[in-house]
Formats: sequence, C-alpha cells, structure tokens
Amino acid sequence: MKTVAIRHHLSDPLLIAYAAGSLPEAFGLVVAAHVSLCDDCRARLGGFEALGGAMVEREAVAEMGEGSLEAVFVRLESLPPAPPPPCRAGIFPAPLADYVGGGLEAVKWRTLGMGVRQAILPTAKGASARLLYIPAGQAVPDHGHRGTEMTLVLQGAFRDEMDRFGPGDVEIATEELEHTPVAEPGADCICLAATDAPLRFTALLPRLLQPLFRI
Amino acid sequence: MGTETESDWAALMLAVRDRQDRAAFAALFRHFAPRVKGFLMKSGTDAVLAEECAQDVMATLWQKAHLFDASRASVATWVFTIARNRRIDAARKARRPEPEELPWGPEPEPDQAEAFETAQETRRLTEALADLPEKQRALIERAFYGDLSHSEIAAETGLPLGTIKSRIRLALDRLRQRLT
Repeated sequence: MKTVAIRHHLSDPLLIAYAAGSLPEAFGLVVAAHVSLCDDCRARLGGFEALGGAMVEREAVAEMGEGSLEAVFVRLESLPPAPPPPCRAGIFPAPLADYVGGGLEAVKWRTLGMGVRQAILPTAKGASARLLYIPAGQAVPDHGHRGTEMTLVLQGAFRDEMDRFGPGDVEIATEELEHTPVAEPGADCICLAATDAPLRFTALLPRLLQPLFRI
Repeated sequence: MGTETESDWAALMLAVRDRQDRAAFAALFRHFAPRVKGFLMKSGTDAVLAEECAQDVMATLWQKAHLFDASRASVATWVFTIARNRRIDAARKARRPEPEELPWGPEPEPDQAEAFETAQETRRLTEALADLPEKQRALIERAFYGDLSHSEIAAETGLPLGTIKSRIRLALDRLRQRLT
C-alpha cells in the first residue's frame, strides 16, 4: 500500500503488546491496519518481534515427545497449501478488509444521527472495534474515555483538542483526554476505532442513546 | 548440534523454502521445537498442548516457508511470530489480525550479507537480553509470556533495538524501490 505522510504513530507499549500477542483483538486490528500503512511502525514492530526471537533462542528447552519429528513429517505430506493472504480493498488495508469482508461497499452501516454512521466489527471480548463515518465538517459528540481508545483515519481528516489527524494517523486517547473530534471540510472522514471501555459522553442525549447503539 | 549460528539457520530455512529439504527441516526442528515448547509452557500452556502446538508451529514453518525473508527477520524471530500466533489461537480463540503482506513478497535471492547481518542482530539482542539486570529482564519476559497488558508495559526496554529497527527500515525501503 502506498505510504502517506503519517505524523501520528503507535506507541512502543502497544507495539510490544501486539508483538507479544497479548493485545485484545480489536486493538490488534488497529495496529495491523496502521502497520500496513506505515513502514516506520512496521520496522519498529520488526524490532520488537526480534526481541521475541531472542527470547525463543535463549528459552530453556522442553524435550519433545518421542517420534514427534516423524509425526510432523507425516503431517507435511497432507498439508494444504497456505491460504492466500487477504488483500486490501480500496481505503481498507488488508487486515481490515478481511474483517469487513470487502471494501467500503461491503460495510453495513447504522445511522447514529447527524449523518454520523458506525459499523461494529466482530472481535473477541476485551475491546470493541468499529468503523465510523463522519460527514465533512461534522462533530462527534464530546466524550471522555474510561480506558484506551485508538482511532485510525482511513479517509478525510479530523481535528480535536490535541491535533489534526489525517489518513494513516492514529490517535491514542486515554482516560485524561476529553475531546470533541470534528471532521475537516472536504472529504467525509472514515475511521477505524477501538476501545476497551464504553465511551463517556458529556452531553445527555448521546448518553441516553449509548446503550441503544453500543458506542 | 549447538555450534550452528543464526545465519546457518537462515541457510537451512532457504533449503526448506527452495528445495523442500527434509534434512534441513529436521535440523531446524531439533533446535527450535523444544524451545517453542518451552516458551509455550512458560506462557501458561500445559505440556500436552505445548507439545501439540510446537508440532503445529514447525508444520507451519514448512507450509509458509515461501514467506520467509532472511533480510527482515532471523529464523528465531520468524519461529517466534508463528508460535505467538498459535498461542493466541489456542488460548483465546481469538483471531490474529496481521499486517498486509508487502505485495512483492520476500526477495527470491536475499543478499547474503543482509541476511547475515539480520541474523547477527538477533544474536546480539539475545546476548544483550542475557546481560540485563534480572528485574528488567523479568519485566520483558512477563510481557512476552503474555502476563502484562499494554498499559502495564514500559516503553523503555533498556535494549539496543535501534540498529535492528533501522536495518529493517532500510530493507523495506529497498523493497519498495525495487518496484519503481
């Protein structure tokens, strides 16, 4: 996928947790999608995975069972070829296209009002992932977070109290951040977002709607 | 056994990739399978499942040999990523979203010096890990055994990871240039 000028990257702890395989699936999806777009983070991830390699290399050996090599040789005979890796689809990097089952046209959006739409993606417990569609110039209701929220921009851009986030940029928001993201004029903004706790809206109306829309 | 270096593993891996060399695979198995099993047991997998998973990991090593790129990862690193994915699959019944494969795949004829350097980097990293103060090393190990959440992981590992990251970054740049 072509590289864009990315200004906001993944943090080391997120990359280490992803390299170690302990990140909840929804966060892992955002990491995989960003790494697909960002060679800097791909290289940093490679560094942390090399650390995992070093750990395996110095690991205390646990004897394999008798005949295990022969058993694997037998299995190799009937091993199916590795399935082809998923492909990107339009603005969706391959891992995301794999979850959506295609490109933008395959997304099953639900309206949240004011032209804002979302689609929740199926991931394991621990954190949730969704696609967000924010019309150009539109604001997402003012909200805080109980846990961590990761937002990766796929199209368009948004601004909040922190900075501007364009395609490929990822914003990592923690409990301290209360923000009102506003989509920039121009292209409608499409993001992949993941949280490990429900968002906390400051205004009453979105708070009432929250259980309804699972945001 | 015991005298092979990381670059020898890379040569064996390429023999598996290019010629389906069973003797090379057996040598890789004898070295890595018991380490993978040990790693999985430290991550909380019981011995029976760890044995089964270690066999799966080695079968995957054979099955995905065509994706191995010696200029971007050592064999140990590659084995680690396969073992990690297998652990996620076994422990959490969760999927593992993987970054997009680079469209041109690994280089058919990896630069020998590149591959050697990448292998050396992992060896240096292994030594540096051994030299860390016990407390610091224990933290890294807990992170890689899956005992720490991302908010509990410290950003600073205390390890010289800069060179290995810039080496991978250069390899990526070179791959991208090959297309244009």
